[in-house]
Amino acid sequence: MTVASISRRTLMKGTALLLASTALARQGLAQAAPAGGRLIVAADSEPKNLNPAIVASNGVFFIASKVIEPLAEASFDGKDGLAPRLATSWEGSADGLSVTFKLRDGVTWHDGKPFTSLDVAFSALNIWKPLQNLGRLVFANLEAVDTPDDYTAVFRFSKPTPFQLIRNALPVVTSVVAKHIFDGSDIAANPANNALVGTGPFKFAEYKPGEYYRLTRNENYWGKDQPKLDEIVFRVLPDRASAGAALEADEIQLAAFSAVPLADLDRISKVDGIKVISKGYEALTYQLVVEINHRRKELADLRVRQAIAQAIDKKFVVDTIFLGYAAAATGPVPKNAPEFYTSDVASYDFNPAAANDILDKAGYKQGADGNRFKLKLRPAPYFNETRQFGDYLRQALAVIGIDAEIVNADAAAHLKAVYTDHDFDLAVGPPVFRGDPAISTTILVQSGTPDSVPFSNQGGYVNPELDKIIKQASETVDTAARTDLYRKFQQLVVADLPLINVAEWGFITVARDTVLNVSDNPRWAVSNWGDTALQS
Amino acid sequence: MKRAILLLRRRAISSLPVLLIVVIFTFFLLESASGDAVDAYLGSIGGGDAALRQSLHESYGLDHSMLARLWLYLSSLARFDLGWSVAFGRPVGELISERLPNTLLLMGSATALSFGLGSALGILAGARPGSLRDRMLSIGSLIVYAIPSFWLGLVLSIVFSVKLRWFPIAGIETIASGKTGFSRALDISDHLILPVGALALIYLALFLRVMRAGMGQVWKLDFVLFARAKGLSRSRIVLSHVARNALLPLVTMLGLQSAAMLGGSVVIESVFAVPGFGRLAQEAVNGRDAPLLMGIILTSAVLVIAVNFLVDLVYAGLDPRIGASEGDA
Repeated sequence: MTVASISRRTLMKGTALLLASTALARQGLAQAAPAGGRLIVAADSEPKNLNPAIVASNGVFFIASKVIEPLAEASFDGKDGLAPRLATSWEGSADGLSVTFKLRDGVTWHDGKPFTSLDVAFSALNIWKPLQNLGRLVFANLEAVDTPDDYTAVFRFSKPTPFQLIRNALPVVTSVVAKHIFDGSDIAANPANNALVGTGPFKFAEYKPGEYYRLTRNENYWGKDQPKLDEIVFRVLPDRASAGAALEADEIQLAAFSAVPLADLDRISKVDGIKVISKGYEALTYQLVVEINHRRKELADLRVRQAIAQAIDKKFVVDTIFLGYAAAATGPVPKNAPEFYTSDVASYDFNPAAANDILDKAGYKQGADGNRFKLKLRPAPYFNETRQFGDYLRQALAVIGIDAEIVNADAAAHLKAVYTDHDFDLAVGPPVFRGDPAISTTILVQSGTPDSVPFSNQGGYVNPELDKIIKQASETVDTAARTDLYRKFQQLVVADLPLINVAEWGFITVARDTVLNVSDNPRWAVSNWGDTALQS
Repeated sequence: MKRAILLLRRRAISSLPVLLIVVIFTFFLLESASGDAVDAYLGSIGGGDAALRQSLHESYGLDHSMLARLWLYLSSLARFDLGWSVAFGRPVGELISERLPNTLLLMGSATALSFGLGSALGILAGARPGSLRDRMLSIGSLIVYAIPSFWLGLVLSIVFSVKLRWFPIAGIETIASGKTGFSRALDISDHLILPVGALALIYLALFLRVMRAGMGQVWKLDFVLFARAKGLSRSRIVLSHVARNALLPLVTMLGLQSAAMLGGSVVIESVFAVPGFGRLAQEAVNGRDAPLLMGIILTSAVLVIAVNFLVDLVYAGLDPRIGASEGDA
C-alpha cells in the first residue's frame, strides 16, 4: 500500500514536471504562434442575415467579422482605442462636416478583385446609412462620399457631425462589403448576405444549417503572417449545458459570449487544459437596467424611484447573480468607457430602512398586508441573469412594501409588451454600451421616441433639460466639450433616475489551453481572429 | 391488398378537413401570441429605429390584415407551396425537407428500440406476475419514466461522451468530415446512439408497462386457462397465447406515441444539437415565424395520420376481426 502510494506520488511529481515543461514551451511558442489547424467554436444561434454591413449585432459579427472587415477595430493600446483595419488613418475636419479616411493599399476581395474607395463609398451610402440598424443613426446626416483616388474616401455630412462619434462607431458600423457584388441588386435579398465575400483573414466556405459554418484561410490576406489558422468551424450548439460538455470532451476548443453558463464556470475552470477568460469584451459592455414606466403615477414620483434604487443591493446582485463576473453600475455610462465615464454622480447606497422612510414620508402608506402598491415587473428573457435579477428585484421590493408581480415572456412577447404596448411598470433590460453614448444609450432616456422602437425610452419619461443636453452633444464637434456634455448627462440621469443602472458586465470566454492569442482586443469575440492560433 | 388501398383512400379524404382545421387553428393560435416576426427579429439584432420596423413589416407582409394573410397562406397551400420562412429567409418546404430526415431517423430508431425492447421486457415481467423479476422491472421502468428527458440526455452525454469518450457529444455527423457511403452511415449511427438511447428509454418504460398490464389481463382469460389445462409448456403459453394477444393495445399505443415522440424529440434534439424537426419548430416559435410553424405542424399532422394508418394495417393483420368492415363502408 505504502509502496504503491509512494510510487504514485513520484509518478505525480514526474507528471507535474512534464506538464510544467510543456507549459513553458507553450509560452515560448505563444509569441511565434504556430500556423495551421482547425479551431472549432461553439455558436448558439444562426443569424438569418449574416451581412454585418446590414445587421450590426454581436450574433452576426461573431461569424462575419472573420470574413468582412470594418475600417477600424477596437484595440487595447491603439490611439483613441482603435487599430487600423481597412482604413489606415482617419481625420475629422474642424467644422464637423467631413471625415477623411486613408485606405489600405493592396487589399483584394476574396474573389480576387481589388478593394478601393468605391467599395467604402458604396457601403456607406447604400447600406450603412439607409439599411443598417445602427448606421442609420450614426450616418443620418451623411450626404456624399468623395473618392478622389482609390485609397481615399471623404465622408461629407449635411450637418456638423461629431468626429468623436464617428470614430467610436467605426468598429461597429463600418463593415465594408464589395460594390461589385451588391451594386444594382436588391441588397436585402442578395444571396451574398449569407455567402459572404470580404477582405478578411478567412473566407466563407460552407454553411450547413443547424450544424456549422466553416471558414477557411485566406491565402492572400493583407495582414503579415496572418491568418494563423487553416480553418474556423462555428458549430451550432443551441443548448448551453452541452457547450460546456463539448469543451470538456475536446470536441470544441472555444466557447465565447458566456456560452458556458456562469454557474458551470467554477467547475469547468478546474478541468485540466481549460481556461476561463473574462477579458476581451470591454467594448461590448452590457448593462443591467431597471426600466421604469413613468406613466404610472407612483413611478413618476422621484421619491419612489429613489426608494427603489436604495432597495437594490448591487453588491448582492454582482456577487450572487453574476457570481462576481460583473461590476456595480453607477450610471448610464459603464466604467469600461473611460473616455466618457464619470463617478461624480449621486449614489444610492443599499438602505431598505431609508427607502421605507422615504415612501412613508411621501405618503404611500402600507396597507394591512404590508403593501403600499402593486407593480407589474417584466424581466427581459435574453439572459439567465436578467431573469434572476427579476426574481431578486421582486424580493427587494417586497422589503419596502412594493408588491411586484413578475410576468415572464419570450423575446418577441417581451419586446411587444414593453416597447409597443407599454404594458409594464418595471422592466429589466440588458442594453449594450456601444462605444459612444450617442449610439443606443441616450435613446434610453430621450423623449419623443416613437412607439415600438426596441431598447428605447418607452417609459414615457420626459425631461427637457436632459433632452437639451442630448441634442447639444449630438451636434457638438469639439471633442472635449462633447465629452463634458456626456458627463453632465450621466449626472442628470442618475439624479433624476429615469431608469436605474444596477450592474454592468462582459461575457466570459472558455477555451482549451491550446488556443493562443485569445482576448487580445476589447471586441475580441467579434474581431477578425487573424492572429489566433492553435498549439499543435 | 385491395382493402388496404380502399382504406388508404378513405383515410386520405377524411384527413383533409382535419388538416384544414389544424392549419387554421395554428394560424390563430400564433396570431394570438404576443409579438410578431419583426419583434423577434429586432430583438435578435439588438434593436433598430421605427422606420426600419415599418419597412420590415411591409417586407414580411405583416401590414396585410390577418384574414388576408390566412387567405394568402391557404391559397398558396392549395398549390402545394408551404410559403416562405421569415425567420430563416428561405422556403419552408426546403427547410422541412432538410430537417425532417434527421428527426425521422431519430424517432424511427427510438420507436423501434423502445417498442422492441419495451415489449420484450414487458413479456418478461408479465410472464410471472408478482415475481421478483416483475417487480424489479416495474419499479425500474417507473423510475426511468419519471426522469425528465433533458436531464437523462445530459447525464448520458456527461457519462458516455465527456467521461468515457465513447460517443460523440453532439451533432448528427462529424463536421466537414467528407465521409460518404458506408463510413458516413457508421458515423451517423455513432452520433445517434446517445440521443436515440435517451429518447427510447423514456418511451420504453411506457411500452413495458402497457405490455405487462395487457399480459396480466390475458392470463385470466378462458383460452389461456384451457391452454394450461391442455398441459402446454409455460413458454409456449406466454409467447403464442398471452403475448400475441397482449400486443394489440401496444400497437394502438405505438400510433399514439408517435405524436408524443415528435414533441419529446424537441428536447433531445436541443441537448444533442441534432439539426432536426423539433429544433426547427422551437426556432419557428421563437421567431414568430407563422409560415414555418404551420408547415411544421402540417407535416407533423400528416406524419401522425400516416403512422396511424400503418398501425391500423398492422392491427388488422394481428387481429382479423378488426377493420373488416372498414373496407366495405
